Amino acid sequence: MVSAIWLVIAFPLAGAVLLLAFGKRIGEPWSGWLASATMGAAFVVGLAATAGFVDGSQHPETVELFEWIPGLGVNASILWDPLSATMVLVVTGVGALIHIYSIGYMHGDPGYGRYFAYLNLFAASMLVLVLADNYGFLFLGWELVGLCSYLLISFWFEKPAAAAAGKKAFVVNRIGDFGFIIAMMIIFATFGTLSYVTVFTEAPILLTEGTATAITLLLLVGAAGKSAQLPLYVWLPDAMEGPTPVSALIHAATMVTAGVYLVARSGALFQLAPFSAGTVATVGALTAVFAAVIAIGQKDIKRVLAYSTISQLGYMFMGVGAGAYVAGVFHLMTHAFFKALLFMGAGSVIHAMRGEQNMEKMGGLRKAMPWTFITMAIAWLAIIGIPPFAGFWSKDEILAFTFDKGGGFLALWVIGLITAGLTAFYMSRMMFLTFWGKPRWAEGEDPHESPVTMVVPLVALAGLTVVGGLINTPLRLSLEHFLEPAFEQFHVMLPNEGSLTELTLLALVVLVVVVIGAVWAYVRYLRDPVPAETGVTWDRLENGFYVDDFYGKTIVLPGKKVAEVAAFDVDTKVIDGAVNGVGRGVKGASERLRPLQNGLVRSYAAWVLLGAVGLLVWLLARGAF
Amino acid sequence: MEVTAGWYMLLAAGLFAIGAVGLLVRRNALVMFMSIELMLNAVNLTFVAAGRELGLLQGQLAVLFVMVVAAAEVTVGLAIIVAVFRYRSSADVDDLAELKG
Repeated sequence: MVSAIWLVIAFPLAGAVLLLAFGKRIGEPWSGWLASATMGAAFVVGLAATAGFVDGSQHPETVELFEWIPGLGVNASILWDPLSATMVLVVTGVGALIHIYSIGYMHGDPGYGRYFAYLNLFAASMLVLVLADNYGFLFLGWELVGLCSYLLISFWFEKPAAAAAGKKAFVVNRIGDFGFIIAMMIIFATFGTLSYVTVFTEAPILLTEGTATAITLLLLVGAAGKSAQLPLYVWLPDAMEGPTPVSALIHAATMVTAGVYLVARSGALFQLAPFSAGTVATVGALTAVFAAVIAIGQKDIKRVLAYSTISQLGYMFMGVGAGAYVAGVFHLMTHAFFKALLFMGAGSVIHAMRGEQNMEKMGGLRKAMPWTFITMAIAWLAIIGIPPFAGFWSKDEILAFTFDKGGGFLALWVIGLITAGLTAFYMSRMMFLTFWGKPRWAEGEDPHESPVTMVVPLVALAGLTVVGGLINTPLRLSLEHFLEPAFEQFHVMLPNEGSLTELTLLALVVLVVVVIGAVWAYVRYLRDPVPAETGVTWDRLENGFYVDDFYGKTIVLPGKKVAEVAAFDVDTKVIDGAVNGVGRGVKGASERLRPLQNGLVRSYAAWVLLGAVGLLVWLLARGAF
Repeated sequence: MEVTAGWYMLLAAGLFAIGAVGLLVRRNALVMFMSIELMLNAVNLTFVAAGRELGLLQGQLAVLFVMVVAAAEVTVGLAIIVAVFRYRSSADVDDLAELKG
């Protein structure tokens, strides 16, 4: 079964090719079903290949597909281990549900076939990213998901805001890629290959701590770009211009977790560089609390979720930075479930409100759309960390490991704790504003439940959100045992779980903070009329502390100035000047040489004679004869 | 007094100089052609003289080449001169200065 693992990539890729070629002809809804079927098939293949890990018969294995750039140690080959298996199942499983949801959501869109082609291409690229057995092949997937993200954010390219958002995502990601590329160069310079197996097994011998720190910090730059961490998070809120299922799949569940995956995969390098690991955790914690604060002030339901995604990714970074790779991947997985669900629920709400995204114009929707309400409520309880829903187990595990690490990590734990309270507050605010209270929607609106293709994925994800956390509770560490071989093969140390009493106490502390946050939101927003949120502070929050403006002034504007100088001064004056100068020089010289060509044959003859005599004299002078 | 190769060379140099001066000072195209022929034959003389002195056949071979090329050149050149003469009723090369820069 493992030898057929390439099918996981091939199915969605074939779907993308087919839909790009014939998408228009296949039309609605069959192109959607075709795309969903390829994802379903990929999921089934992945599941069958994973079975071996569960019963222990399968060990991590490399499957060679073909040689690509042998000189760099870059082959199109797959590392099939529990970590890639987990990622494959999340990508294909959640991906398939979101594909199905899109069938209903994209109904009537003129770009229906194109949409599913991009979505399939994205899935194939993401699978390349998680299945690669070397940094080069991973980078191929890394760039392709970036491309698909760009294509899908600016899917409605006739909207200027969407086109600009796509461009912004692409440019900001390039900054991260720059770090990643340099990291790969150093890796190649040190090891002579980019293959994981060689790099990770030889790392303790060949790497000094300085080199390891340099490599891992540069990898962090790449990861921060892709996973929207400080200071490169600015593209993700704008990415909400894309269709909502895209936000669910790419900008919540899968692509943005690539950075977390990269850090977890490179655990063998990060454990050699404690400073980098600490930096990862610090960046994560700061991002978590910063984005959570901004999320409080958002009025657009999707932007709340966008900032919430940034914040939750911060948690994952905190986890992998603290060395708790399993906890990070666990939160990645549960987050994929509940955040995809939240986004698709939000999509369902927006669908019902006919494009309205401002929560101040919603309210009282729980009676109009019961299915959306119930499923979203489950996701809400999961993200704020109410047991027994998925988010509780994964978030608390990250916090517990951070606490256990002690030292400076205690400060990060406090930040994480505050973030948990803030998360409870802003998520409850979103729920109360949207589903409770009196309807505040515009005259003549009649919100209704979404079609069945949209509701079924919601229910399926809600189910996963309820039970998803149970695969790794302190009582039964199934995911931990499942993932262990993936880290053991490269001798990555995993921290031990604290005692049950300690974990329970920590969980209780977190729970108290969470409940305080939720109750505060309850008191504040469950009344009529809801508080008007205006004023300087709210304005700052809603605009994300004007970080975009700050970047605009400090980076974009000087960049534009430099470009202008390059274009209008350097190019037109220096470069063009040099070219024109050469032309003018030739012209001037020829002007001066022109009189020689006087048309008198006898003078030509005289010159020839003179030349011949001159040549003769020269030859005689140097003694040629 | 024995006539050595050096004398032939001296004669050839003299003929060549006369031809060169003739080429430069005369304006009649026909006379200029004759001067060129004179120069060519001066060169031919050096070829045969040197060939004989060194006992090599190459000298005479080169002369044959020069003669053939000179004949071809004269044919073309005379044709041009005739054409120009018909057009201008003059063979003065200084009048043919249209192609100046």
